[in-house]
Amino acid sequence: MKNFFKISCLAILVLIGNYEANSAEKVELLKTDWSFKGLFGKFDRASLQRGYQVYTEVCSSCHSMKYVSYRNLAEKGGPEFSTEQAKAIAASFEVIDGPNNDGDMFERPAKLSDKFVMPYENVKAAQAANGGAYPPDMSVLAKARSGGVDYIYSVLLGYQDPPSGVSLDDGVYYNKYMYGNNIKMAQPLSDGLIEYSDGTVASEEQMAKDVATFLMWAAEPHLEARHKMGFKAILYLIILTILVYFSMKKIWSRIESEV
Amino acid sequence: MSNHEYVPKSKFGKWFNDRLPLLSLASHLAEYPTPKNLNYWWTFGGILTFCLITQIVTGLTLAMHYIAHADLAFESVEHIMRDVNYGWLIRYIHSNGASMFFLAVYIHIFRSLFYGSYKSPREIIWIIGIIIYLLMMAAAFMGYVLPWGQMSFWGATVITNLFSAIPLVGEGIVNWLWGGYSVDNPTLTRFFTLHYLIPFLILGLVVLHIWALHVPGNNNPVGIDVKKPSKDTVPFHPYIVIKDGFALLMFIIVFAFFVFYSPNILGHADNYIEANPMVTPAHIVPEWYLLPFYAILRSVPDKLMGVVAMLSAILILAALPWLDTSKIRSAVFRPLYKQFYWILVVDVLALGYVGAMPAEGLYLLIARVATAYYFVHFLIILPVLGFKEKTIPLPLSITEPVLGGLPMASALKKKESLN
Repeated sequence: MKNFFKISCLAILVLIGNYEANSAEKVELLKTDWSFKGLFGKFDRASLQRGYQVYTEVCSSCHSMKYVSYRNLAEKGGPEFSTEQAKAIAASFEVIDGPNNDGDMFERPAKLSDKFVMPYENVKAAQAANGGAYPPDMSVLAKARSGGVDYIYSVLLGYQDPPSGVSLDDGVYYNKYMYGNNIKMAQPLSDGLIEYSDGTVASEEQMAKDVATFLMWAAEPHLEARHKMGFKAILYLIILTILVYFSMKKIWSRIESEV
Repeated sequence: MSNHEYVPKSKFGKWFNDRLPLLSLASHLAEYPTPKNLNYWWTFGGILTFCLITQIVTGLTLAMHYIAHADLAFESVEHIMRDVNYGWLIRYIHSNGASMFFLAVYIHIFRSLFYGSYKSPREIIWIIGIIIYLLMMAAAFMGYVLPWGQMSFWGATVITNLFSAIPLVGEGIVNWLWGGYSVDNPTLTRFFTLHYLIPFLILGLVVLHIWALHVPGNNNPVGIDVKKPSKDTVPFHPYIVIKDGFALLMFIIVFAFFVFYSPNILGHADNYIEANPMVTPAHIVPEWYLLPFYAILRSVPDKLMGVVAMLSAILILAALPWLDTSKIRSAVFRPLYKQFYWILVVDVLALGYVGAMPAEGLYLLIARVATAYYFVHFLIILPVLGFKEKTIPLPLSITEPVLGGLPMASALKKKESLN
């Protein structure tokens, strides 16, 4: 009886396993060594700064980042530009403020407290300019796709000619990793597209990695603080648990000796 | 309850206690005689109390910064994550806390199933527990709607739409729940209100749950009645307090790993996309802890019957003390029940697995078989088993297996065959 149950349970599990293996035609995402993974993971400062450069010079012409402020660029655990640098970055953008005392709206250079300036006034304008597709806001993008940064990295590098037999509409591109393989964004990166201010060679992979790192930080700006606190908290908990364990043994020994 | 009357030592204490016997209550709680053979599966009651308090405290803090408005909710959550001091920590504790709460409650429920804790004289404790579990599901579901991401919105749409299956008045009820003709701002604000209310209802029921527990006292791994107080029991403080404390710390370590190192692994990526009524996600799935019931819902082709099956799957648990006809509590002494118990565990896990998969092909077949088996277990196997099963003789007291170290099912079996 017992064996029968064991065997049937096993058979069901094997069946499920096989079925999954057959139905899973998921493509394996590209992997790279992210510095921010693991118990002590931290962002690579230089990569974040380069990633910001890729974002501003390439992505930001279509993709907004509406939850991130210029002051964040100078905060601890982020790209850590100096406050002067962050101020200069902010000042290079114009924001609409107001109304002033005359009741008029006016333009002024952005300040540290301003959110990143958006490329389009609203979603409709963004769609109209991009063939009907809305370029998603990038503030939390790295958390909003299954696969996270690996997915973003893969999509950036996954542009290919469509396989024979697949015909694409105008303004649609083939991407190996994109859900459904069709993407309305033209290949955004190519070797030497930008010139890194720190002299790093701007290969396609390098830019993809830098900008994905930047997006991870934008989505999770307190990641470093979280890892740091987590290590301390868990270490503390483990020590406390050991102490409580021995107290428990001591207290219960009164009972066990009695029996 | 302890027999001797507690008399406070100080004069003021006596004066106060005569008017409000809080000190007597504290003394009762400290001295509460607890079976000494409780194993670590019994520590989850305390762990669950911790989970409830954690959710209430973090929830109150989040509510100070959260804005329940369809246009602002998503943004206010990002505000909490970025700009509120340690807002990320509070929110991750709260969101992972929900999962940990359910993990603990499932262990607690399955412990009760294994050791027959729901049987006489503990039926009321069990039924209050089922009501708490139902309220937990309601609170968790509404809480998941509040960040107003894609899964929030579409999950709310799918679940509220279930009420439309009710004949004649279904549509009207759904519109009444929504406060309009689709899930929108009125739905969000009422869900927020109810999400705020329910934990306090649960807190009240937890008090009743513990009160009802303190009348007959704890069940135990052997499942026989113990004399209280006696050699078989220990006072709750310090023995059970320190043991629960140790188990709680182990639990918190696991909890902390989720919060600090993979805070989003139990959630769905789509919920970081702001709700959009115009775009339906490819797969709408609930949080992991609701998946078995979601699988039952989808395994029935008819919508109304699916809803009925899903609700019955939960409500059938309330009838469990009467469906299980066996007088023996602990599965340790029920060799057949023990096997059916483990099959039920596998069955529920399988339901959870297929609940996360698209409802088609082999997945749908497994869901249907597992759903059918779930009901067969409670409606046929348990009632029949009580009459047919040849159980192992019970020991005279719990001290006997305590002396032997482990529950002595196997040793007793040998003894029996020697006779």
